[in-house]
Amino acid sequence: MKNSATPDVAGLYIHIPFCRARCGYCDFYSVTSLFRIPDFLAALMKEMDMYSRKFSIFDTVYIGGGTPSLLGVQQLGDIFQKIKNIFVLPPNTEITIEANPADLDISFLKALRDMDVSRLNIGIQSFDRQILAFLERRHTADQAVYAIETARSAGFDNIGLDLIYGVPRQDMASWLDTLSMAVSFHPEHLSCYQLTLDADTSLGIRRQKGDFSLPGDDLQYDFFMKTAGILKDAGYIHYEVSNFAGGAKFCSRHNQKYWNHTPCLGLGPGAHSFLKGQRWWNYGSLEKYIAEIEAGKQPVQAMESLTMEQLQLEALCLGLRTKKGINFSQFAERYNYDLAVQKENVLKRLQDEGLVAIRNGCLRPTLSGLAIADSLSLI
Amino acid sequence: MKNIRNFSVIAHIDHGKSTLADRLIQHTGIIDNRNFKDQILDNMDIERERGITIKSQAIALPYHARDGKDYILNLIDTPGHVDFSYEVSRSLSSCEGALLLIDASQGVQAQTVANLYLAMENDLKIIPVINKIDLPSADVERVVRQIDSELGLEPSGYLKCSAKEGIGIEDILEAVVQRIPPPKGDPAAPLAALIFDAQYDPFRGTVIYCRLFDGTVKKGDAIRFMSNNAVYKVEEVGIFSLFRKKSEKLSAGEVGYIIAGVKTVSDVSNGDTITHDKKPRDVPLPGFKEVKPVVFASIYPIASDDYDDLSVAMEKYTLNDASFTYQKDSSVALGQGYRCGFLGLLHLDVVQERLEREYDLSIILSVPSVRYRFTLTDGRVMDIDNPADYPDPASIIKTEEPYIRAAMMMPERGLGSVIKLCKEKRGVNSTLNYTSPGRVEFTSELPLAEVIYDFYDRFKTITQGYGSFDYDVIDYRESILALLDILVNGEKVDALSQIVHRDGARARGLMSCERLKEEIPRQMFKIAIQGAIGREIISRTTIPPFRKDVTAKCYGGDITRKRKLLEKQKKGKKRMKMVGSVSIPQSAFLAVLKTGHS
Repeated sequence: MKNSATPDVAGLYIHIPFCRARCGYCDFYSVTSLFRIPDFLAALMKEMDMYSRKFSIFDTVYIGGGTPSLLGVQQLGDIFQKIKNIFVLPPNTEITIEANPADLDISFLKALRDMDVSRLNIGIQSFDRQILAFLERRHTADQAVYAIETARSAGFDNIGLDLIYGVPRQDMASWLDTLSMAVSFHPEHLSCYQLTLDADTSLGIRRQKGDFSLPGDDLQYDFFMKTAGILKDAGYIHYEVSNFAGGAKFCSRHNQKYWNHTPCLGLGPGAHSFLKGQRWWNYGSLEKYIAEIEAGKQPVQAMESLTMEQLQLEALCLGLRTKKGINFSQFAERYNYDLAVQKENVLKRLQDEGLVAIRNGCLRPTLSGLAIADSLSLI
Repeated sequence: MKNIRNFSVIAHIDHGKSTLADRLIQHTGIIDNRNFKDQILDNMDIERERGITIKSQAIALPYHARDGKDYILNLIDTPGHVDFSYEVSRSLSSCEGALLLIDASQGVQAQTVANLYLAMENDLKIIPVINKIDLPSADVERVVRQIDSELGLEPSGYLKCSAKEGIGIEDILEAVVQRIPPPKGDPAAPLAALIFDAQYDPFRGTVIYCRLFDGTVKKGDAIRFMSNNAVYKVEEVGIFSLFRKKSEKLSAGEVGYIIAGVKTVSDVSNGDTITHDKKPRDVPLPGFKEVKPVVFASIYPIASDDYDDLSVAMEKYTLNDASFTYQKDSSVALGQGYRCGFLGLLHLDVVQERLEREYDLSIILSVPSVRYRFTLTDGRVMDIDNPADYPDPASIIKTEEPYIRAAMMMPERGLGSVIKLCKEKRGVNSTLNYTSPGRVEFTSELPLAEVIYDFYDRFKTITQGYGSFDYDVIDYRESILALLDILVNGEKVDALSQIVHRDGARARGLMSCERLKEEIPRQMFKIAIQGAIGREIISRTTIPPFRKDVTAKCYGGDITRKRKLLEKQKKGKKRMKMVGSVSIPQSAFLAVLKTGHS
């Protein structure tokens, strides 16, 4: 199976806005009032109905959050049933669910397999007890190990692990322990995120107060380069700044849709959607979301029509975060901008500096370039 | 006419001139206390914020004196900073007397002396006024001794006041009436009005500030400027009463304004004499010496698209500041701009701030320069203030630079360091004078270029704020000059080029490189910064590249947020100047020209 999603087929994202406890670094929307789950699910079903004309087929489904693994088997089953009732999911549809290690046991995992969930993405973050405590994770390293092993035994053959590096007081040894532990399970996918703190998160506030500081540029660079080197040696493809796949077919098809300006429908509070140059997003409030839907309205907070210039900037930014890079002629065709000509001088300079490579009509970031992908997109 | 008094208040900066003017205005009751704003004569924001007066203003104060008679006291305000001494001189020529205001705790300072000399040149009656007597540190006795020994004035004739507390104000007004002579002049003689200022009013055109020495002028009169024989018809005359107050006529001895359809301030020259077209006066009044700019710098818009806005702003700005000169200039690094002449560094600061604030422009200034003189092999002598015009070194046979005589007054304990500073700045022919116990006056002849570099800030630091400084440009002297270029990644940034004394070139080059290193943010590639004279590299530093971005997550479809962040960064980058592939922020240009000793 070739792992490139059909370009025009949309992706579906469902945001489950519930957590048992909020983690200090996370800026995705979620609440801890779990008793609202039934009302949320009722609203979600109605929201799907609202898009039955605008979207018809999805070849990736991503259940994210929040903590989707909080939901019961029955509740998840209802969601998938509703999706299949309204939309078409062709064979080979990539269905991903995010999970907290503490929520995973064999019966739940088997039930997920029975619902055709093909990818399990487990939020491990670290195997270091102190780091887990700092990040305010509610699971232990032992639970993480148990979750991965149980997922394997339940038949998952596409497991992704999320890890975080660049945590205050984390040294290289601690990070490499976590990384090698993760690799020892041979996961098909690894996401290694550099910790970034949004000002509104509880850790972000503590950081502003001066409780701690994040590692400096040089250490971040070392984390990044070491990680890339180790995972390369372990046979992983570094296909995006933070993402590694154990083979082309394990690259997250769903995420690639975001990076390619492929249509996506996002359901649930705070979810974003994109279609034909327009992006809209739902209210980032569960109550507002439910109220709007109960009033028969789409819970959309705002919509923007992107200008060609905005699309260019996004495409440049997203493209330069990926190994695949940017195909000059495709870029010119889609975004009406000839990068190779317009940016000839600076691209030459970046090539000389070893930050990008140009081959076969494609502009690709080198590893050093990926490390400063944000700046590359400002050329 | 015998009921008119024309007077001015002169003082060293911060000795309380504007506050005293406020009290005098309040005392005469022309504005009620509810409407009173502090420093009412300083009506530009920038004047009030910096506590300095830049443009002079006039105001007529009605006063009922102890002798039972009513007087009109024309108070003509003057600027207090050394850069603006020409404005002081202009104001003083319209007066018969001056209040010489001295801070009771600081005593006589350099500009007290400088302003006193200006007043003496104009034959004014001088009344010393000791201000701030309410301060705990006030030492009236000492100031009285200084009035005698340092100023050579009659020590018994002084007044005491606290402008802040409103103490002694009436005595001052009485002294103005009793001791300053009324103006002389003949209302029936041919008109002679001395122009001492002009301001632009968007509705009425140029408003001419003048003092009538002879004759009478009224609406409908045909008047003539004696310098160029331009003739205008008078539309309105009047006096200043906080705002302009129309009157039927202005007569000999009075201070007031004339509006006569003059389009711009530059059509009016200060010091010119206005007379009647039909019945002219034979000879003009003695004018003022023309003020020449001594400091030069180029101004560029940060965004090249803003050039037109800058042009409009410059044009408007000169309507109100005839001492500011400019002409087109262009830079490879910074694009189209203007080469400007200023009276001094403070004037430069004020212009920059007003352009940014009042016209909402973001501008970059090149490194300030003085005007150098070059004698070339073909015999030509060229005055050059712009490094871009620096002649081919092979064609130069002689280079000269302007010198000033700096007069510095300070407590004795700072003397050693000041002498050292002047020596470092190539000072010569110094003199020393013990003016009163513990205080010295030190003079030195210095290259003006050294003074505009970082002299003033260091002098203030050394003397802990107790030193004061005044200067006159005296002559040109031979000197060894060189053109220092700054290269960023091998490309010359012409706006950073400086004409320097050869001996100080290396130090200056190093400092410029270090300053730039501090201000230019690390970028994707290494940046080399070099100072060069011709092909010789004399200083060098490098900015290492950054290697890691904060690559915020871009997952879950919220790409809008990421894009907005990028758009913001892109906008910030647009506010930087691209030199080759290096983005240089405005602050870097400023850092090189801000020359304070670090």
